[in-house]
Amino acid sequence: MGNRITVPAALCALLFLMVAMPHVGLLGQYGVTFLCTMGIYIILSASLNLVNGYMGEFSCGHAGFMAVGAYTSSVAGVFLFVPDQVFGQPWLPMALTPFAFPIILAAGFIAAALAGLVVAVPSFKTRGDYLAVITLAASYIIKSAIENVEAVGGPRGFAGMGKIVQGMDSMAPIPWMLVWIFLGVTFTIWILRRFVYSTYGKGVMAIHQDEVAAEIMSVNTNKMKLIAFMLSSGLAGLAGGLYAYLISFVNPASFTILRSTECLVMVYLGGMGSLSGSVLSAIVFAILLEFLKPLEQLKWVAIPLLLILLMQFRPEGIMGNRELSDVFPKLKRFYRFK
Amino acid sequence: MALLEIKDLTQRFGGLIAVNDFSVTMEGRELNALIGPNGAGKTTVFNLVSGFYQPTTGSITINGVDTRGMKPHQVTSLGVARTFQNIRLWNDMTVLDNIRVSQHYRLGYSLADALLRTRRYADREAAIERTAMELLEFMGMKDLANEFPPNLSYGIQRKVEIARALSTKPKLLLLDEPAAGLPSTDVVELIKLIEWIHKEFDLAIWMIEHQMTVVMSLCQWIKVIDFGATIAEGTPEDIRNNPTVIKAYLGDEAI
Repeated sequence: MGNRITVPAALCALLFLMVAMPHVGLLGQYGVTFLCTMGIYIILSASLNLVNGYMGEFSCGHAGFMAVGAYTSSVAGVFLFVPDQVFGQPWLPMALTPFAFPIILAAGFIAAALAGLVVAVPSFKTRGDYLAVITLAASYIIKSAIENVEAVGGPRGFAGMGKIVQGMDSMAPIPWMLVWIFLGVTFTIWILRRFVYSTYGKGVMAIHQDEVAAEIMSVNTNKMKLIAFMLSSGLAGLAGGLYAYLISFVNPASFTILRSTECLVMVYLGGMGSLSGSVLSAIVFAILLEFLKPLEQLKWVAIPLLLILLMQFRPEGIMGNRELSDVFPKLKRFYRFK
Repeated sequence: MALLEIKDLTQRFGGLIAVNDFSVTMEGRELNALIGPNGAGKTTVFNLVSGFYQPTTGSITINGVDTRGMKPHQVTSLGVARTFQNIRLWNDMTVLDNIRVSQHYRLGYSLADALLRTRRYADREAAIERTAMELLEFMGMKDLANEFPPNLSYGIQRKVEIARALSTKPKLLLLDEPAAGLPSTDVVELIKLIEWIHKEFDLAIWMIEHQMTVVMSLCQWIKVIDFGATIAEGTPEDIRNNPTVIKAYLGDEAI
């Protein structure tokens, strides 16, 4: 079964390239940061697609869960490794950072997944527009709550994560954040793909297509909603944690409705219920943002305009609800999408 | 122990009494009907049995288990399956996936198994797919496994919906107006299908139906309700000649 190893081999090769290219001067700091941002966008759009695409609910508070993950990971990291006015002396030596970092990210994932309960529980009884309002409210609650916690800097924001990244750099001179984000993206796609292609996860799609029928055909709809919302917000938390360490600073203003809107744009651009669509749209979106940078604030005129045109001429997005392997069946030789 | 025992069931929606003091017992293996004019409360009874509504008073027992407080998916796992008046298949899933997902209560693996792709996951998924394919083959729809429901004719969609209900391995199958919207040639097919299902699958069937040809040619025992209250019950012969039924349901003229 040579085709089974194609994807892992390609991923390893990619990882190797990412580590090697900056070494030989092929990928500058600008390129590394760009790829990192792109990776975070991929996690955000793929995770939101689980709720908005596969489950057919309209969550517009993704940034809130991202904030929970970002702050939890930041505080956990600073608490463990960096001397801080509020959190005191570090508990662990800096040398452990590369090993502790996955745990720090996991803490962000878990905290955000728990925050997802705020939306998941009302979803048992509420749906559609009303649930959308709840998701929006949830993200504002989270943002306001953080703004009022003085220990994490309130509205001024929280820093100190840069020292941890520097600590990792001093262990080995590789683009650590790029590696972590690459692993985060791989993990996200891996977990989502396995979820939505199992008969278990297809219960989520049954809820989308006819919730009454799903319940009557023995799908525990409440449990499936709980899992979908928690998984989606947990992954947003992972993206948040990576984002916090990428720019070494978090503040509540980074997690506004604009950030949630970016996530929504990517989901609809890529196609609801298509993982490859989400990945593609995040890549396209990151490139677009970069190209439109000279426009400054005007890019927020240009990008929504593109969205309007997209909805007008291709409302199903780039991929619709199909996957790359549906469009190019030859790809199936290299991986089994099941 | 009776398969289904409904005792003194009453359902109120505000001031409206949708079902009033309704009782029924099914031992298993019967083929019965519930009929009555529009708005009589027939579908409400089915919604109560399948757990969509909680009865105002009265009790529903399935195989000795009181279903009060149960969610529909729990009732389904007790062995009650149903179809809907208007077909409710999952239209963006293939026929095969429709039948696979309907085995959700007995997947036999956990979320962790699905994410880690354990041995148990692989075995159970294979078994689920095999069961689904066997059912489709048994019902003569193997070729349709990879079709999407909207591409199928209305009659075939009905049949798929019945197959999906059967995939939950029910002991009691509730059919809510299976002949609704079918052309008369398909109705003949449907009668044969229901007869065949009743014979081949070890189950009881309880149906709501307006088309008297279907009810009279299939059912052993018919219960008639009007404004939520039982007005008659008996064999097709009894019902056909019952003056109250003729008056309430079939109009003043005899059939």
